[in-house]
Amino acid sequence: MAEQTALAGKRPEDGGKADSAVVRDALGVGVAVGLSGFAFGVTSAGSGLTLLQSCALSLLVFTGASQFALVGALAAGGNPLTAAAGAFFLGVRNAFYGLRLSQLLALPRAVRPFAAQWVIDETTAVALAQPTRRGTRIGFAVTGLSLYLLWNLTTFLGALGADAIGDTDAWGLDAAGPAVFLALLAPMLKTTTERAVAGLAVLLGLGLLPVLPAGVPVLVAALAAPAVLCLEGRRGGTSRKETHETDVPGEDR
Amino acid sequence: MNTWIAIGATAFGCYAVKLAGLLVPAGALEKPLVRRLAALLPVALLAALTAQQTFADGHALVLDARVAGLAAAAVALVLRAPFLLVVAAAVVVTAGVRAMGG
Repeated sequence: MAEQTALAGKRPEDGGKADSAVVRDALGVGVAVGLSGFAFGVTSAGSGLTLLQSCALSLLVFTGASQFALVGALAAGGNPLTAAAGAFFLGVRNAFYGLRLSQLLALPRAVRPFAAQWVIDETTAVALAQPTRRGTRIGFAVTGLSLYLLWNLTTFLGALGADAIGDTDAWGLDAAGPAVFLALLAPMLKTTTERAVAGLAVLLGLGLLPVLPAGVPVLVAALAAPAVLCLEGRRGGTSRKETHETDVPGEDR
Repeated sequence: MNTWIAIGATAFGCYAVKLAGLLVPAGALEKPLVRRLAALLPVALLAALTAQQTFADGHALVLDARVAGLAAAAVALVLRAPFLLVVAAAVVVTAGVRAMGG
């Protein structure tokens, strides 16, 4: 390793963790989440995508929630652009990860188009947890590389395996997609605002399902976010007693 | 062909927002309202998607083995199980309930 770190003469003991500890954490996340590419490959094949299409999604899109959402919407018979819109809106959060990461990683402009594909939940979580720039860069690169390689390999194997095992529903594999969504959602439900958004989105998503074309109810459900923010803003703006932090379950008009 | 259009549009859109985050000057998206909205948008989408893929059968709402699977995943999450175990719990319980004729 010494030959490629001529500029990085810093001792890790100066602050932050040793490089090996960062690499270990990053590999832990990269391997665990990378293996769940199996679930995606199987779900994707079960949704009727070909092996090539499943692999193209993991190679080119490489953000799990968007991939699951897209194949789910296509399986439900949604219009391709409506399906893509749902997947796109789920991917918008990565832009905000990028904003944070670009300050911490301080990458040269020429490198950014290559680093961009790895800007996802997991790489951001590992990178932000490191106290030094060197640690942040190592965490981002190791998580990104291990996750990208494994996610694509397991997508391939999962899609190949799904063709071999036939009826994926009999194996309960249609529950993998929603379980992934639930696992991503759970840590986000920290305050009443998030729970209100989630509750309203569930009502909209299920309530509109019988009446709107496939894929559209999810897009309408996304409006729960601005709706709750707007209500919250109005409440904060008109209320005289802004120091009140209690969560009264009733309406206060 | 339709599937390839959806894949192309998603790949382009998702890469564009990733790159935008790295290229845009830090001040541009730092307004508190924009940040709040960006944080809440995935909450709404993930909640709606979880519910739909658990209860939907085409345009109809149904209660089947997936509900038991998702309940198992929820229990695993409450017990702070790792990501893979949460997904595995949902798959195994759904398959088990179906095998029993659920």
